[in-house]
Amino acid sequence: MSEKVGVYVCHCGTNIAGTVDVEEVSKWAGEQPNVVCSRDYKFMCSSLGQELIEEDIKEQGLTRIVVAACSPHMHEKTFRGATERGGLNPYLFEMANIREHNSWATNDKEAATQKAKALIDAAVERVIHHQPLEPIPVEINPTTLIVGGGIAGITAALELANAGNHVVMVEREPSIGGHMAQLDKTFPTLDCSACILTPKMVDVGQHPNITLYTWSEVEDISGYIGNFKATVRKKARYVIEELCTGCGICEEKCPRKVVDEVFEAGLAQRKAIYRPFPQAVPKYPVLDPPNCTYFERGKCKACQILCPTGAIDFEQQDELIEIPVGNVILATGYDLFDSKRIPQYGYGRLANVFTSLEFERMVNASGPTGGSIVLRDGETVPKSVAIIHCVGSRDNNYHEYCSKVCCMYSLKFAHLVHERVPDAEVYNFYLDIRTPGKGYEEFYNRLLEEGTHFIRGRAADITDAARLPGEEGKLIVQAEDTLIGKQRRVPVDMVILSAGMEARHDSVDVSLMFGMGCDFNGFFTERHPKLDPIATMTEGVFIAGACQGPKDIPDSVAQGAAAAARVGGLISQGTVMMEPVRASINKEACSGCRICNDLCPYNAIIFHEDQKVSEVITALCQGCGTCVAACPSSAITGAHFTNDQVLSEIEGLLWDVRERQAVPA
Amino acid sequence: MKTFSYFPGCSLEKMATSYHQSSVQTTKALDIDLQELEDWNCCGATTYFHVDELLAYTLVGRNLAMAEKAGHDLVAPCSACFKNAYFANSYLKEDEDLANHINYALAQDNLQFSGTIQVKHLMEVFVDDVGYDTLQERVTHPLKDLRVAPYYGCQIVRPRKDHEDVENPRFFEELITAIGADPVDFANRLRCCGGSLLITSRPAAFQLIYELLLNAQHSQADVIATACPLCQTNLECYQMQINQEFGTDFKIPVLYFTQLIGLALGLPPKKLGIGTEFVSADHILTFAKEPA
Amino acid sequence: MSEQFEPVIVGFLCNWCSYRAADLAGTSRMKYAPNMRAIRVMCSGRVDPQFVLKALREGADGVLIAGCHPGECHYVEGNIKALRRYILLKRMLKQWGIEPERVQLVWASASEGNVLADAVDRMTEEVRALGPLQWRKSVLGGNGHQPVAAAEVEVKVEEV
Repeated sequence: MSEKVGVYVCHCGTNIAGTVDVEEVSKWAGEQPNVVCSRDYKFMCSSLGQELIEEDIKEQGLTRIVVAACSPHMHEKTFRGATERGGLNPYLFEMANIREHNSWATNDKEAATQKAKALIDAAVERVIHHQPLEPIPVEINPTTLIVGGGIAGITAALELANAGNHVVMVEREPSIGGHMAQLDKTFPTLDCSACILTPKMVDVGQHPNITLYTWSEVEDISGYIGNFKATVRKKARYVIEELCTGCGICEEKCPRKVVDEVFEAGLAQRKAIYRPFPQAVPKYPVLDPPNCTYFERGKCKACQILCPTGAIDFEQQDELIEIPVGNVILATGYDLFDSKRIPQYGYGRLANVFTSLEFERMVNASGPTGGSIVLRDGETVPKSVAIIHCVGSRDNNYHEYCSKVCCMYSLKFAHLVHERVPDAEVYNFYLDIRTPGKGYEEFYNRLLEEGTHFIRGRAADITDAARLPGEEGKLIVQAEDTLIGKQRRVPVDMVILSAGMEARHDSVDVSLMFGMGCDFNGFFTERHPKLDPIATMTEGVFIAGACQGPKDIPDSVAQGAAAAARVGGLISQGTVMMEPVRASINKEACSGCRICNDLCPYNAIIFHEDQKVSEVITALCQGCGTCVAACPSSAITGAHFTNDQVLSEIEGLLWDVRERQAVPA
Repeated sequence: MKTFSYFPGCSLEKMATSYHQSSVQTTKALDIDLQELEDWNCCGATTYFHVDELLAYTLVGRNLAMAEKAGHDLVAPCSACFKNAYFANSYLKEDEDLANHINYALAQDNLQFSGTIQVKHLMEVFVDDVGYDTLQERVTHPLKDLRVAPYYGCQIVRPRKDHEDVENPRFFEELITAIGADPVDFANRLRCCGGSLLITSRPAAFQLIYELLLNAQHSQADVIATACPLCQTNLECYQMQINQEFGTDFKIPVLYFTQLIGLALGLPPKKLGIGTEFVSADHILTFAKEPA
Repeated sequence: MSEQFEPVIVGFLCNWCSYRAADLAGTSRMKYAPNMRAIRVMCSGRVDPQFVLKALREGADGVLIAGCHPGECHYVEGNIKALRRYILLKRMLKQWGIEPERVQLVWASASEGNVLADAVDRMTEEVRALGPLQWRKSVLGGNGHQPVAAAEVEVKVEEV
């Protein structure tokens, strides 16, 4: 039984019709085998255009539809919808791209018309071999896994949990809060960071819908959208959470002090059993075995002896927990660029060169200096401070990208110095001042009024080698002041390096585990840079916050909420329809050679030992077709991209040259 | 026994004979054979490449071709010679046209550049071919408590521009540690000494030398160690004039790293060319002691 | 029709990168040779060598396979698999006497409309210089009615 194909050639105003002779093409299409109806129309995507399709299907009993118009990326969905409304399976439709690939790309009208015919013939030949396909329903497990307990993760968790959904949050550090918990004031409002963050942390900790695993990491994940299985390693705290009251006696009495490289950025010490900061959520401390006297030598045990509820357990083991979830939101945050990589700036060698995170801890009222700005000796108040912008950023030697937040936080630092050391001279060495947010430019103007010296030039060198009088005992920042065209040496007491945000050091491993990708800087790749920054190429895995790229707190919150909304939408749908463009193996034809097994990037092909045949797990298959091309027996069919369909498409595409080359049957 | 083609360069012939002496003595003592290139020519120093590039490449190419003929990697103690030879070697290897050009000239002397050898600075021979461990073992008179300012100069690190450590090399400090001495934190260790500016623009050179000496004085160095005859001359020979001009009181001996290594190996100072300095290094000799 | 020989090139473009690159070239109104007619596949890894042969057999003078840059494949490594097959295919085509310029592989990401347009322009000129493929003559040999290989075998049998 032959098919009845309807062909619709769109003018798209003059976009197509200006170059392609659409009437001629439409007439020609109508003369091709299997085409019973051929029209040309000004705007096929309009409701009238779509209705043409719907009516023709009903009235003429069309069995296949071809629309020759723009790119399928524009309107394939639109026309599939029209096809469906007309009563046909939406996959019995094919589009010929005669605009982006044809009329817009050439001025040669004859060639364009000829090419349009080829593209339409290809579509007609192909569509004849289309089969009706049904989207595959997948149930969505309403529990969501959120990896990372910083502000983005916290926002996503609260949005979902408040909407009545169950959330599992996994955080690597002993407490949630992320980098935001380390900050003192946030720009431009100079809100106290802890004051706005800790209530949210408490909400997460107390929320009936949130299960919180801290000091834990996701070790493995398998499955597909709606049906993931995550394996979480809950590392041993050596504290029994059910018994711990958070009284803090263990921490107080512990005799071992360790430099806190994580939360205090190396500026202060903590105990071997510790909470990273007083407002930590959860309140349970964590014991650090490599620095614990008991684990080293079997002595001490002060914490266990003094704990009023007997909550210390030195025998505690890591726990592996399997958690079924429906969706994943990755909110793993950023690492700070390591300033040691720029030896010219002297970080690590010159005592009074600080990184931005070190300075944040310094100005924090609950930090190592109680908020006083002092030099490394802990006492001397600096009379002059240089703040170096773009450390590791906008730099071909390190990171080419701009880290987005550093200008603002550099201005914030300048302000804090003015506030706490009123007579200090503050020098900001910048390349450009980037202040695009709400209130940001106004904040910059405020700093100008506060008397900050802005020197436009990338700092070349920070040295303690004095040359001129007045430089003795100082740190000298050498930079070209590009606005006056002179080299300058500015002697200061303290230097702050505004280091950029970079991707977490293990972001590539994380992305591989979750089956999505990273860009060349290690930031997670979004589905579309403009229109879909929180989804990834993998269904069911979403990203939010600095792990997607450098950004400030408001943007991280926005992305966290967006990811939550997307997931919430999926949960409320309950079932999600997946595109049926997938592979399937014909068991009869499969010879069990297993060539396809290792080719699948999603491990979607399993081998049945008993029957000696391979099988594609439909839900895991993403439809790339690599296995289809590889199968030596043609036992694998790629739905909607079958061999028959593509081979026919090739024949149609070459309609005008086939006679000169065709091999006799 | 490792053999290298030795390229002393013009300075070591006259102005810096002590560098030549100490280089030969120390390498011999450590089983490194330096075979001086027969009939070597000037490398063009810092200026010739700016005068006539093609001729400059030919000049250096001749030395490289001779080293290839001898069949050994080329070693130069002078940083400028080293830099010229290194870059000429790598550019001639990459640029076939250039190599063909200079080979046309070299053919007149029955020589050809083929790019078969490497070029090393003498210090690299101690670092890579001898090694810190071996050196430490062979030291009989460790220079205990001698505070040495490691002055790399600006040319020795330029070939390392693709190395991680190009802005922060540590190999000179480690060499000093291996012979028992204390390398000081010398902030200006990679800064230019002025080079031949001393002749063409004395004020500029003096400013640079002044800063280097000031920094060394601040670091409380007993001696500045160098790896280039021009650096050594610039830093040592003008201290009196600089003191006059800047009102300072510099009196810091400047020795070649090979002289310090020689002392640590127990070689006699005279054989290392010590004794003829502008700024006497006599008191440095007292640091070379056999451990009790 | 112009008197100049206009080669016909079949292009296999992957949905996520190169097809979008071609879209972008059009949206940006870049004008380039109209000689490439595109077929959309989900991934360059779907391109079966038999598609390439079919295209050449049915009258195409050249085939262009375009995928995402290595490391950027939407399906992780489909483009690497395409590369592997392409290399083997080229060896085979060489043995059949088909010039290497007739089948080409390029990488173009979704934002590289110009890369794709330039590749098409370049390949069109290269194939134009080679002339029509003439599959019958080049691959099947003789006047096309009888494959040369079959004739040889017959001769051998007779000899025995």
